[in-house]
Amino acid sequence: MKFLSARRRHPLAGLVVLLLALVVMGGLYSAFRPAAADQSGSDTALISQGRRLFVVSCATCHGLNGEGILTKQNTNFGPPLVGVGAAAVDFQVGTGRMPMAQPGPQAQARTPIFDPGEVRALAAYVASLGPGPAIPTDAQYSTSGLTAEQIAQGGEFFRTNCTACHNFAGKGGALPNGKYAPTLIGVNPKYVIEAMITGPQQMPKFSNGVIKPQEKREIIAYLQQLKSQPGYGGSKLGSLGPVTEGLWGWVLGIGVLVLATVWISNNGARVTKKKSQ
Amino acid sequence: MSEITSSNGHPPTDPHHDSRSTQELGEPIPNPGLPEHQPRPSDVDPAMERRAERQVAGMFVAATVLALAFCVCYFTIDPQATVFGYGAMNLALGTTLGLALLLIGLGANHWARKLMADHEIIEYRHSAASSPEDREAAITAFKTGAAESGFGRRTLVRNTLLGALGVLGLPAVVLLRDLGPLPGDSLDHTVWRKGVRIVNDVAGTPLRPADIELGQLVNAEPALFFPQQGPNGKVIPARYDGTALNDEKAKAAVILVRMLPEDIHPIKSQASWGYDGILCYSKICTHVGCPISLWEQQTHHLLCPCHQSTFDLAHSGRVIFGPAARSLPQLNIGLDSEGYLIALHDFYVPVGPSFWERG
Repeated sequence: MKFLSARRRHPLAGLVVLLLALVVMGGLYSAFRPAAADQSGSDTALISQGRRLFVVSCATCHGLNGEGILTKQNTNFGPPLVGVGAAAVDFQVGTGRMPMAQPGPQAQARTPIFDPGEVRALAAYVASLGPGPAIPTDAQYSTSGLTAEQIAQGGEFFRTNCTACHNFAGKGGALPNGKYAPTLIGVNPKYVIEAMITGPQQMPKFSNGVIKPQEKREIIAYLQQLKSQPGYGGSKLGSLGPVTEGLWGWVLGIGVLVLATVWISNNGARVTKKKSQ
Repeated sequence: MSEITSSNGHPPTDPHHDSRSTQELGEPIPNPGLPEHQPRPSDVDPAMERRAERQVAGMFVAATVLALAFCVCYFTIDPQATVFGYGAMNLALGTTLGLALLLIGLGANHWARKLMADHEIIEYRHSAASSPEDREAAITAFKTGAAESGFGRRTLVRNTLLGALGVLGLPAVVLLRDLGPLPGDSLDHTVWRKGVRIVNDVAGTPLRPADIELGQLVNAEPALFFPQQGPNGKVIPARYDGTALNDEKAKAAVILVRMLPEDIHPIKSQASWGYDGILCYSKICTHVGCPISLWEQQTHHLLCPCHQSTFDLAHSGRVIFGPAARSLPQLNIGLDSEGYLIALHDFYVPVGPSFWERG
């Protein structure tokens, strides 16, 4: 310590102390900085990759900067994407609904044309346009550890909020003007969560402030339970209600009855032989 | 069948049948009569006959076995067991009972077709009216009865009888009226009133405007139906329970939707009923009372799945399609001191389907 105290009045002492303080502060910051800032370098690369994909595949309808394009009647040609968040992109592009092949009543799910890496890049770019919901993590849709009671409550949430459009068995249903609510059975739970928080197309949002993340997990668990439910009442006929049941009843049920009636009233086998006495 | 075969082998004409036109015009095509009777194999071949007998008896025996199998299945199969994704017990019960009934029917049919008597029968159509003599006799008897009873002449007796029969309707009316209390004005009111918080259905969580995003739909209920956190940390129990809860829920269920304030075009009297683009409507369809929550967030249309009534929530819930005759009642909402959404008043009009007194 004598070495240090002897040089405390050295002209460079102040500079050395300043450098030391900076190194300590920098070290502390790098130890405690938020984890998200960690990927800033790769994020930039991802965003610029997403930007390139966006300009080629999305900008025609959504505008070069995702600002949206209006028709002459002031209706949406392509809605603005500022603030829709990464979750909306992951849902729309990840399920193949976007890019739309042609305008229609509704964007339909099909084989996605972007691979998962490209979807991530597009999502990162659109998320950089304005704050919006992020892509849900595994923990948000994992159903492990839920009790039977919680799954039953998920069923109550499902029947209260979802069945009006998606049918009592989650099989989907018709909406006006050629639109429809798709089936929920066999859909990746990540997309179900994303649909609830982003409200794609005509679907309203079910935000985390109202239906809590835990309650959303219960709904997911109920949907999975619904899928594996055995048909205790026999064939479910697609669980579509009176449409398929009526079709089977009228075509097959009454058809078989008509055929049986024809068979009964038909004359049957006859011979020319006379009865031997 | 001797009656139907005349000497020329043709069936005779029906004695009751009015055949004048045929006689006048002559038959355009000669009556070919019945085709020659052809026996069935089981009529002429004793081996075939015994075989058919065995088949019929076999079906009846199989039906017996299946009916017994039904009973065995009922007691032995685990109700939770499944086969090919179906409930094993229901499948077994349905198969055994269905086949048993089918085999009894098939056996009876087979019996009739193979073994019962086999000859052609003609049944003629007759005029449905009675003969003139019978009709005359019936009218005479009725007139005699009317004259002898003095029903037309003794007016006092007749009128008191009619009076007694008329008053006999009153006990029925009194009993019907007593089937339950009259609804009174209960159809005009719900449990909503000033200060009642609007909470999410199922969970009962109170809602702040910030929780509700643009394009959001919330299926909501009054807080009175759920236990609530009181101001001093105490839990206030639900105000309603059991059938009372169901009765009130059937009227008080609401939906909250949020849209851009500039998209809302309310009628003047309801212009201030929303809060920053959040609107609250009754969830009960004004046609026949189905719960409706099929909301298209881009068109702002609410559809009833029962009969396709469509309400435009951006235009004060007016009907734009379907059989509903009234706009969807809107709830006047605001915020309480803690910033939660509350009702400012009960519905101003009765919710749900029309009834007589509603006019």
